[in-house]
Amino acid sequence: MHASEEAQTESDASRSTDQETPARREFLRRGITAGGAAVLAGLAPESRAAAATPQWMTRPGQPFSNYGLPSPHEKAVIRLIAANSAVSGNGLSWTPLHDLEGTLTPNGLHFERHHNGVPQIDPAGHRLYLHGLFERSLSFGVDDLLRYPMVSQQCFIECGGNSNSGWNEEPLQAPAGSLHGLASCSEWTGVPLSVILEECGLHPDAQWLIAEGADAAAMNVSIPIGKARGDALLALYQNGERLRPENGYPLRLVLPGWEGVLSVKWLRRLQAATEPVMARNETARYTELLPSGKARQFTFVIEAKSVITRPSPGQHLAAPGWYPISGLAWSGRGVIKRVEVSTDGGKSWIDANLQTPVLPRCFTRFRLPWRWNGESCILQSRATDETGYVQPTRPALIAERGRHGYFHYNAIVSWEVSEDGSLSHVYA
Amino acid sequence: MSMPESSAPSAARLEERTARRGPQFASALLLGLLTAPAFPVAGPGLGQALSAAEVAAININVFPNGAGLPPGRGTVADGQALYAARCEACHGIRGSGGSADELAGGAHGLRGNPPDKTIGTYWPYATTLFDYIRRSMPPTAPRSLSDDEVYALTAYLLSLNGIIHGGDTLDAVSLARIRMPNRDGFIPVDAR
Repeated sequence: MHASEEAQTESDASRSTDQETPARREFLRRGITAGGAAVLAGLAPESRAAAATPQWMTRPGQPFSNYGLPSPHEKAVIRLIAANSAVSGNGLSWTPLHDLEGTLTPNGLHFERHHNGVPQIDPAGHRLYLHGLFERSLSFGVDDLLRYPMVSQQCFIECGGNSNSGWNEEPLQAPAGSLHGLASCSEWTGVPLSVILEECGLHPDAQWLIAEGADAAAMNVSIPIGKARGDALLALYQNGERLRPENGYPLRLVLPGWEGVLSVKWLRRLQAATEPVMARNETARYTELLPSGKARQFTFVIEAKSVITRPSPGQHLAAPGWYPISGLAWSGRGVIKRVEVSTDGGKSWIDANLQTPVLPRCFTRFRLPWRWNGESCILQSRATDETGYVQPTRPALIAERGRHGYFHYNAIVSWEVSEDGSLSHVYA
Repeated sequence: MSMPESSAPSAARLEERTARRGPQFASALLLGLLTAPAFPVAGPGLGQALSAAEVAAININVFPNGAGLPPGRGTVADGQALYAARCEACHGIRGSGGSADELAGGAHGLRGNPPDKTIGTYWPYATTLFDYIRRSMPPTAPRSLSDDEVYALTAYLLSLNGIIHGGDTLDAVSLARIRMPNRDGFIPVDAR
């Protein structure tokens, strides 16, 4: 196909006939949305012949770079930020899930939740201190930890407050990432916490570890000893490179499958104790008030959840035709076994394809080719994990929890496609 | 609950153990070079012993039973003045809220719509106030308050919530003794 043919309008491309494959339509659509075709479309007819040899094939390219950056054409793919007006370091930024594919989150787009900014830590001045109910109180430098046996573990981290606008009476209109993007997935590499606990000689009475960060909030939380001795990781690397400052450089805890506040960044101290410390962030916050007036506390595990990232609000279907439905599912309890997609608001469901390998406590990419007939419809996805747990409907979740729990919202998400091809967030 | 530091070995014992550990570890390594699997399951033992004084200097955790509370004391009156100077701009007059959380004055409790989650209606432990203020507040200058000032602010916030009286003074003993109204308001879900 010539580039000039690619310069057809989007509706031309989408009007293509039935003998065309969905893959070709997808190629056309992506070529156009990537911007190159739009540029070519603006060329005068006499220039189109020259466009067969694009300008970047006629001159040497840019030199090497010490650290690569995304294309300038992708500059809109960013974390959107929401922070406290009076304390700029208290807030969050969302992973733009609607702009990403696959299962791993680029390091520069991993979501952030900070309680008082990102500390700029010199690793030479940072140590991990362990004390309390141990035979030996010990401290470790970062260089020390780099000499320990390491493991790599892929997992998502999700803030317990992710998706919390779902409790609102009215559906918030925002891109998928700005509703559900306090979740990201990385490969974390570091020292199993169990190895360090073993060296310190954990006392049999120790039931909790009180973890503390070296940030300006000295953020602290309590972690049950079972998880600490299980798959807890002292992470030094994220997706192959040392942690980014906003993700805990030089050292963070990673507790796979558990709410993000427990994966303490800038980890500085672990105190072994018989009881939880009852920190502010495990009592006043990260607890879920029920209609009864009682509150759920220590709700660590992230339950199964899914969201369609494409198409999603802010995106636009140009004309009836084939579109890929693509989304993410994850469960803190293990492997995603099944993701179903509905295009009729939950009346009927069809199994989506799961990208392999499907890994426990990781983002699982699901995809389904879909032919939009041009009518208004509601897209949904529903995840089932290895325990058999099925992602609940919003009415079912609210019937169980009320509307004021704030944390751990994991209900089915609904996107409405209008006849004009625009998408919006609805409750259905 | 035993005190979290109760089993901490003395500095002398630690030094003795560390001294013993060194040669043992070295010989284990030598042995490992001859016979062992390529990937050790244990660490190389690079931790440095922490003295009790070092632990005391870094440990700012305060537990519900009062473990970790430092010496010192503060009055409600002192706390009121400190609050006006250091806290009110964000937390509002008498803890009424602003750019930061509402801290007092819960009007319709936890079953209202929306519920009123304040220190008085929601927080299960008074010791959490001391722990959190000392480590985190104020955000513009964390760790700038003295222990006496943290006791005073804790006292003022508890008095605003009707939990202690305006003439009261707080210290480690009296703070640990306070039972908060919502002490039994929480259901542990995934804890053990």
